[in-house]
Amino acid sequence: MPNMSLKKNEMPVQDPQVRNHNFSEVALGYTEEQALDEAERCLNCKNKPCVGHCPVAIDIPGFIAKIREKDYEGAYQIINRSSSLPAVCGRVCPQETQCESKCVRGIKGEPVAIGRLERFVADWHNAHATEKAKAPESNGHKVAVVGAGPSGLTCAGDLAKMGYKVSVFEALHLAGGVLVYGIPEFRLPKAIVQKEVDTLKELGVEVDTNTVIGRTLTIDELFEDGFEAVFIGSGAGLPRFMNIPGENLKGVYSANEFLTRVNLMKAYQDGSSTPIQHAKNVAVVGGGNVAMDAARCAKRLGAENVYIVYRRSEEEMPARREEVEHAKEEGIIFKVLNNPTEIVGDEHKFVCGMKCVEMELGEPDESGRRRPVEKKDSEFLMDVDCVIMSIGTSPNPLIRNTTKGLDTNRRGCIITEEETGLTSREGVYAGGDAVTGAATVILAMGAGKKAAKAIDEYIRSK
Amino acid sequence: MYQIVEKKVLNPTVTLMKVKAPLIAKKAEPGQFIILRVDENGERIPLTIADYDREAGLVTIIFQIVGATTEKLNHLNEGDYIHDFVGPLGVPSHVEGLKKVAVVGGGVGCAIAYPIAKKLHELGAEVHSVVGFRNQDLVILEDEFKAVSDKFVLMSDDGSCGEKGLVTDALKKLIESGEQYDEVIAIGPLVMMKFVCLLTKQYNIKTVVSMNPIMIDGTGMCGGCRLTVGGETKFACVDGPDFDGHLVDFDEAMERSSMYKPFERHQHEETCNLFKKEVQA
Repeated sequence: MPNMSLKKNEMPVQDPQVRNHNFSEVALGYTEEQALDEAERCLNCKNKPCVGHCPVAIDIPGFIAKIREKDYEGAYQIINRSSSLPAVCGRVCPQETQCESKCVRGIKGEPVAIGRLERFVADWHNAHATEKAKAPESNGHKVAVVGAGPSGLTCAGDLAKMGYKVSVFEALHLAGGVLVYGIPEFRLPKAIVQKEVDTLKELGVEVDTNTVIGRTLTIDELFEDGFEAVFIGSGAGLPRFMNIPGENLKGVYSANEFLTRVNLMKAYQDGSSTPIQHAKNVAVVGGGNVAMDAARCAKRLGAENVYIVYRRSEEEMPARREEVEHAKEEGIIFKVLNNPTEIVGDEHKFVCGMKCVEMELGEPDESGRRRPVEKKDSEFLMDVDCVIMSIGTSPNPLIRNTTKGLDTNRRGCIITEEETGLTSREGVYAGGDAVTGAATVILAMGAGKKAAKAIDEYIRSK
Repeated sequence: MYQIVEKKVLNPTVTLMKVKAPLIAKKAEPGQFIILRVDENGERIPLTIADYDREAGLVTIIFQIVGATTEKLNHLNEGDYIHDFVGPLGVPSHVEGLKKVAVVGGGVGCAIAYPIAKKLHELGAEVHSVVGFRNQDLVILEDEFKAVSDKFVLMSDDGSCGEKGLVTDALKKLIESGEQYDEVIAIGPLVMMKFVCLLTKQYNIKTVVSMNPIMIDGTGMCGGCRLTVGGETKFACVDGPDFDGHLVDFDEAMERSSMYKPFERHQHEETCNLFKKEVQA
């Protein structure tokens, strides 16, 4: 008999006033009882609308059925057929707009907590599985993957499972891309990312860190080295600024820089040699998930007041609901309908304030959201000593500038065929933020997956 | 991991290392840089490539011991490994088409200026090198510079070697004596580059400087290395490190480079104490 409770099993979390002083994971994960209880809420319906709304089409009712049987490893194997990074997706996917958004149970009440169940299964596997992933028999073909982020790792994993010899080239000293430099430890523990990368290595994937494609090697040189196809998953790493006065003062960071110092370089730990400013009053400009991450990190570093400054209203914020709620619980102060106009510095050129104007919402703009318009004579000064710009990123130009015949659009994104990820160059595929501009981890993974399939077809047809 | 195959102490605070990094050696050009991490918890620091040997697969770095990271790096010896070493990053210096150039180097900046002087010399340009140091003990690369320069002027702050005075004094003298340069390339402390640019501006001589700001990734991701050039924000790692010196906002660059001074001083002292303890034990 299914569990007909209208509500999901709640996710156990660290107390907000405790967790905003540490970097340990916020959400603690379901217990076995909670997972079993939640699994009983799935009706195993015929249409499976959830599967159609998963970018990598995981057999969701299938793995939930295995949970009900208490066959957690079986559940893991079902997820693993479609996703190379289950423990990651269970944590950072926006399930509310994907699989869970179409769950039949969501029509009356809350949908099945698919993401939390996915995380339970992946964590169970990581804690209990003893068998290592086995490298399949090689088919003798070599494929290069540029960038060890979500799209690249997914593409590499899928190709390795088909028998390809895959080399992943990563510019930083650590594999993971945004999963290690961007998303903080308290949302996605780095040990989990490392585990997923290790699993890929067991499948025979080679990861070359400290290798910048476009500098150390070019795409053309990869073909000369015998790679038959290349997948570009280099991400959208170039930070944007507002171009207002004072942005080069000391104490103004891009969210990328701030998060990289904290996450990748572990500046929050005592043993790290990477410095970071321990500010008192921090303004984070922007309303996306990255802005929430930056604000919550700043709080954990000891800031007394952390503000989210966003020019539209809370309704238009692109961040996940859950992230906004978590941020508020932790004491982040939301200053919506405010737009910075100038950052003010002291005599030593450190930030000592930020001038803002109040905004109101006008007619909808091309994004469909109501356009923010400045209120007359509404200027005011915020007392802050650190400003973190989190207003988006654009694709890095290194690869497009060093690869002939690779077409990009006016925003610098690589142009690809929707279904295959094929670029304007034969044998060169691309996906993730390098193609779409800043988007989500799971969309990047979906693109990596499609490209892996297309690369396989391309090489086999040669 | 990247092995140190040769280490040479150039003066009490400046060390040269040749590091095995064949892919970087194959591609490196003057003006480009690498980023390294000494050990697992180390910070990422940029260092300009001082020389390279494509056949042997070696990249030469020359660094001044200024903080905790360079202190730790200096404690490594031949045969030891550097944890991470990535490059070549940045845009190579533009040297093509130049016929007569004054290369001005200050202190450890000479390590960056030298490969450019060498490349210009190889391309057949007339090279006048002006190098300056605080005193005789700190002089580096004197013979190397002489070998690639048509004119060589050594300056020291205290007159203990070469002529007493600043590199700007020597450069001014050369220009006043009628030397006509296509370009001046100035590499050294920010304050030196600033004053070279103020001087050459008076004579309207194009001047290129190499900027070495605080950086993390070196590929354009963090934006920490941004500086203002001609009123626009540029990233030193992908747009530079070379820029038109007459357009660079040096005062802002100097301020930005001091962002973590107290932290750096503290880290350096801690590291030194650690090494002292090791020696005593």
